[in-house]
Amino acid sequence: MKPELMKRMVKGPDGLEFEVEPLRDYYCEAPPTVMPAAYGKIVEDLFNWARSESIWILGFGTGCGAIEMRPLMTPRFDAYRYGVQWRPTPRQANLFIISGYLSTKTLKRAIRAYEQMQNPKYVIGLGSCTINGGMYWDSYNTIKRLDDYLPVDLYIAGCMPRPEALLAGFMDLKKLIRAGNGEGANQYAENFAWYKENQKRVIHDWDMPDYNW
Amino acid sequence: MAMKELYARLKALFPLGELTEQRKDLAFVTVPAEHLRATILHLRDKEGFTHLVLLTAVDWLEEGRFQLTYLLNNRQRACDIGLRVMIPRDAATMEGIHDIWPTAATYQRELREMFGIDFPGSPRIEEDFILEGWNDIPPYRRDFDTLKYAQENYSERPGRVTHDPETHMRLQLYPGSKP
Repeated sequence: MKPELMKRMVKGPDGLEFEVEPLRDYYCEAPPTVMPAAYGKIVEDLFNWARSESIWILGFGTGCGAIEMRPLMTPRFDAYRYGVQWRPTPRQANLFIISGYLSTKTLKRAIRAYEQMQNPKYVIGLGSCTINGGMYWDSYNTIKRLDDYLPVDLYIAGCMPRPEALLAGFMDLKKLIRAGNGEGANQYAENFAWYKENQKRVIHDWDMPDYNW
Repeated sequence: MAMKELYARLKALFPLGELTEQRKDLAFVTVPAEHLRATILHLRDKEGFTHLVLLTAVDWLEEGRFQLTYLLNNRQRACDIGLRVMIPRDAATMEGIHDIWPTAATYQRELREMFGIDFPGSPRIEEDFILEGWNDIPPYRRDFDTLKYAQENYSERPGRVTHDPETHMRLQLYPGSKP
C-alpha cells in the first residue's frame, strides 16, 4: 500500500497532533445499495424519458476508441443535438463509455470513476476489445470481458466503430432507458461482492477502499 | 563512409566489436559493458553525438544474454550510432547512464520492469512504472508466456472463433474447394 494511504500521525499547522486513517477518513466504506423506483409507473416513465434525453458522458478515454468521440463532439457529427454531451468529472456524468481496450492499470481508475458517478448511471462498451478482448486477446495486462468488472448496458461492436455506430448506440441506449432497463447501478449494488471479487482478481495492488464515492 | 571513419577512430581508443552498417546514416557497433560509459562520453563530447534517441533491450534467450541498445544521434551530421552491449541474462545488471542523460532514467525504469534488468542507483528504479502489482516474471522476457498468462488471469467470453486467413478466403472465393 502507498505510504500516503497508511494510518499515521499528522501534525497540524496549529501544532496539534492527530491521527489520520485515509481509507476511513477520506472515503465512504458503506457499500452501494439498491435504489428501487420511488414512484408509480407513469411518473417513472416520465423520469426515464427525461433521463434518456440527458446523456452526459464522462470524458475518460481508456483506449484508442476515444478518438472516435472527437468527431462526435465537433460539428461534423454533432452529438449534442441528441442531448448527448461530454463532462470533465464523474460527478457530472451519467454515461461511462469504455472506449476500447482496458489495461488493468486503467481498469482501476475506471472503477473509481464509475463508482464516483451518481445514480442512475450507464456503461457502454465500445469496440471489440471490451467484448472479447479483440486484438488484445493474448495480452498480459488487458482485460478481455468488460461485463465481469462493470455492469455494461450496451456494447457497440467494431474495431473501431464509426461515429455513426456510436450515434446508433446512443439511440439504442435511449430506448433501453425509456423502457426502464437502464438498471446498471442497481445491478452493481446487487452483485457488489461478485464484481469486487472479479476486480480484485486482476488488480493485484488493491490500494483503495472497496467503495469510494 | 563517414561511419567507417568514425569506427576506425573509435577502434583506436576502445576494444570494439563488429560494425553493422544499416544505412548510410545508421550503424551499430558492439561495445563491452565496462567500456560503455567511456565510449558514450567520448561520442558525446568529442564526436557530437549529443542526443540519446532510445535505450532498449533484446532478449537473446538461447544465448542466455540481454542486448542493450543505446541509440545516439548526431544532430549536426544527421547520423545515428547504436551501441550494442551484451550482458548476461542471469541477475542482469548494468551501470546506469542517467547522469549523462537524465532521460535515460525513464528507459532504465522501463527496462527494469519489462525485462528485469537492474540499474543500481538510477532514480526511482524501485517504483512501479507501467505495470502495477505485477506478480510474474517480467513480461518482455521471451520465456514469459503471455497467452498462458492471459488465459489464466482474464476471463474469456465463449464463442470466439479464429479463422486461418488463407483457408477462410479460399472458401469465401471458391466455395467447395478443398482446404
